[in-house]
Amino acid sequence: MAVEAQPKISNHAKRPLSPHLQVYKPQLTSMMSIMHRGTGVALCAGAVLIAFGLLALADGYESWTYFRAQCGTLIGKLVISAFLLALIYHWLNGLRHLGWDAGYGLDIKTTYTTGKLVAILFAVIGAALLYFGLRSTT
Amino acid sequence: MSKRSSTASLKSPLGVARGLGSAKEGVGHWWYQRLTAIALAPLSILFVWLVLHLLNAEYDVVRATIAQPFIAVLLMCFMVSLFYHGQLGLQTIIEDYIHQRALELTLLILVKFSALLFSVASVLAIARIALTNS
Repeated sequence: MAVEAQPKISNHAKRPLSPHLQVYKPQLTSMMSIMHRGTGVALCAGAVLIAFGLLALADGYESWTYFRAQCGTLIGKLVISAFLLALIYHWLNGLRHLGWDAGYGLDIKTTYTTGKLVAILFAVIGAALLYFGLRSTT
Repeated sequence: MSKRSSTASLKSPLGVARGLGSAKEGVGHWWYQRLTAIALAPLSILFVWLVLHLLNAEYDVVRATIAQPFIAVLLMCFMVSLFYHGQLGLQTIIEDYIHQRALELTLLILVKFSALLFSVASVLAIARIALTNS
């Protein structure tokens, strides 16, 4: 049995700290976890846009018309669609988190089952919402 | 024992540490993240319904809808919970991934101040819509 060389002390500081994604093999669970963070950050950006929308509405007709026009552009529609999809994912997976916090579904098997359930529900609700939303904005 | 007696409190070091932790707030961050999540679950359904409902509505209709006290109050709750929940989440992400202390602190201050700024702005906007609608 070969004896491995002791790592240098200087390597210690270079070790990746917590959520070290670069050394993780992608799994459903870890991917869903990072997506929860990713959608969370996206929703924060969206929240700022909602605040601007409310300010425009409070400011008056002209500001609101400008805001509405921006929402109607291709970029506007993409941003709103992305926001709604992120919200649906974060909402569904958030329920999963609250379940864990309450002590339910923590074993590996159930974690995968609820993960797949979230993925399916996300696809169905997301598709329905986008279809309804895009159909009604002609 | 000499170290123990130098502290004014009669609490044991374990007693001091228990429930507070390194951030000196105990489970506060965790608890408020969950509390706002529970609030946001139904409130975000209301928000999505509101967006879909008002998608093609005229300016006056949008204002009149949001001006209704029931909707105005819930929308205020939504915006405040949203920004509070968001800044707690961003704080966790910054603390996890930013390993340079100065940058970490700068981002944290920026996130906390922005969250407060935008939630106050949102509440003022909704209040203005609710109170000046005619």
